[in-house]
Amino acid sequence: MSLQISDLHARIVERTILRGISLEIRPGETHAIMGPNGSGKSTLSKVLAGHPDYEITQGSVVLDGVSLLEREPDERARMGLFLAFQYPCEIPGVSIANFLRAATQARLPEGESLSVTDFYQKLYHEMDALGMQRTFSSRPLNSGFSGGEKKRAEILQMAMLQPRYAVLDETDSGLDIDALKVVAGGVNRLRGPEAGLLIITHYQRLLDYISPDFVHVMVAGRIVQSGGPELALELEKRGYGFLEVQYGSSELSPLAGAGAPG
Amino acid sequence: MTEQQAIAETDLLQLDRSVGDFHYEVKYAYDAGAGLSEQTIDYICEAKNDPDWLRDFRKRALATFLREPLPTHWASKQLAELDFSQIRYYLAHGQKAGRRWEDVPDEMKRTFERLGVPEQERKFLAGVEAQFDSEAAYSNMKEALRDQGVLFVGSTEGLHKHPEIFRKWFGKVIPTGDNKFAALNSAVFSGGSFIYVPPGVKLSHPLQAYLRINAESFGQFERTLIIADEGSEVTYMEGCTAPRFDTATLHSAVVELVALPGAKIQYITVQNWSPNVFNLVTKRGMAMENAEIRWIDCNIGSRLTMKYPAVILRGRKARGEVLSIALANSGQHQDTGAKMIHLADETTSNIIAKSISIGEGRSSYRGMVKIPNHLKGCKNNTECDALLINTSSRTDTYPAITLRGNRSSVQHEASVSKISAEQIFYMQQRGLPEAEAMSLSVNGFVNDLVREFPMEYSVELKRLIDLEMEGSVG
Repeated sequence: MSLQISDLHARIVERTILRGISLEIRPGETHAIMGPNGSGKSTLSKVLAGHPDYEITQGSVVLDGVSLLEREPDERARMGLFLAFQYPCEIPGVSIANFLRAATQARLPEGESLSVTDFYQKLYHEMDALGMQRTFSSRPLNSGFSGGEKKRAEILQMAMLQPRYAVLDETDSGLDIDALKVVAGGVNRLRGPEAGLLIITHYQRLLDYISPDFVHVMVAGRIVQSGGPELALELEKRGYGFLEVQYGSSELSPLAGAGAPG
Repeated sequence: MTEQQAIAETDLLQLDRSVGDFHYEVKYAYDAGAGLSEQTIDYICEAKNDPDWLRDFRKRALATFLREPLPTHWASKQLAELDFSQIRYYLAHGQKAGRRWEDVPDEMKRTFERLGVPEQERKFLAGVEAQFDSEAAYSNMKEALRDQGVLFVGSTEGLHKHPEIFRKWFGKVIPTGDNKFAALNSAVFSGGSFIYVPPGVKLSHPLQAYLRINAESFGQFERTLIIADEGSEVTYMEGCTAPRFDTATLHSAVVELVALPGAKIQYITVQNWSPNVFNLVTKRGMAMENAEIRWIDCNIGSRLTMKYPAVILRGRKARGEVLSIALANSGQHQDTGAKMIHLADETTSNIIAKSISIGEGRSSYRGMVKIPNHLKGCKNNTECDALLINTSSRTDTYPAITLRGNRSSVQHEASVSKISAEQIFYMQQRGLPEAEAMSLSVNGFVNDLVREFPMEYSVELKRLIDLEMEGSVG
């Protein structure tokens, strides 16, 4: 049982971004991927979720023994993969509660329908635990939300959908300390022997609240170093510069191209 | 006679996909045949035992219809595909509607049962009229309303039994010469409702008309006249369906509303026409002092719909509102909009129009708001929002707002949006299949308007939108 990424290569249009990522996340483990802008961290999260813009050129991803890459994004989600987006989309007119109802319903076997009472009980329970106002769930999803509100909504969705593997893509970026605590609280609530987490972050800051079991450093589409939490602290001190010099030749680095994706 | 032609009753999936797409073979006692001439009018007059004034009215209208050109210079060229000589203008099983469902001929009763009409009647309606092709097969209203003096009958019964009210307003809100299709309706109309609500009577439950086209190459021309006397309130709902035929079917109604001082009329339409129907309808209301008219209009299906509900704000402080949702799928053009004619001080109007274009579908908004110079304190708010689902979908907006003078105010907002690939990906990532993600976005887009519909209709509406969205992706 694990989310196993093996030798994953991916590109967008003609530009190769992932150049052989291998990583295994077992339930109960929390991994953090750090790395400079443009190293391919966000691409990894989108490729895992099945974003249609990316082409997989090599490698495999297996979720609990089932190959993931040929499946539609919604199938992957129902298999237990969750992605907290760096830039969540606005869905005008659809309330958080209704959206989550549809998403929860989609996970039930065909012909079975969701108990509305149970759903709201669970929703309010999770919101209370995350310190969110109940009225928040009747607002249209991400519509006109501040950056912090969007991230809270991501965490609430994660809490409700109880993924087996959750990928958080720079969920900490641009957050004030209060929002950061909500995010960290949500992640720590999900942690347990049943869930595997992959936290993608640029800064050490979030890791002050969520202590990862493993830290990986990504540069130019590859994982170049892996270690324990101490690696994150070292990066915070020394910066990414020395690693880029060592691993990211300008010819290979996605930073060399204009408009490098995050 | 009761031979069933179309789909087996047990084919639930088929039934679900297109609620109205079935038809039963019916023997008609009255059939005016194909084509339109003075003889057609005479046939209808004889069948319906029309008074002489009406025969004259119809014949004058026919002359107007024949004289007026098709409005293809501003409207869709598709209109030219209508072959008026191939259409059957009057098909009826009989002249009297049943007051009890037991009295309705079998195949018609089964049709309406299948469309859920008797069930809705039991659950939440104050009265129902169910029209099958040219005439009503069933017409009934709760006893208590009859005792209060409310009239809810077919147009024929209205003009025969209540001429003093009927003739006072008939053709006054929408004159025969208003447009070519209003003239056509005036020439050959049959069916539709006549409603009169006495002063101060407020109906707590809606009255409903269900308009069903069953026959091929047929034209349905119902005529509805609703008069809400001083301080009264009424909600009227209409639902429409037709089976899918290869030939063109025409639906050309005229609906006139009169809200006397302080009265409120709410007119709700949920149409779900099959894609061979030309739906060319004229709807207009007149609101006197302090009166209110609201059109809540939902257009799904049809090949071409041209419909611009209007309110003439005739008395001081009258209010008019049009809330409209149009959904155009491939091969369909929803040409809809609203008109607000301000004729008195402190009149207010509100238009919110939302359209959704799917595949090759096209939706157009045409608006007309007029506030003349001498009026003061008038307000209009117009919002039109279009949502495009595919890159081949199309939308156009033609707002015409004429504000003279500086003592009134108008506000206009328009937007066009597209459901982005990122939105769909986001929703898919939460476990929703692509089609469901689309449906949810579309429902979100119209959500604030759908809330204005009575519960029973908003559920139906949501279901219809989901059905239309099926197969729109990929």
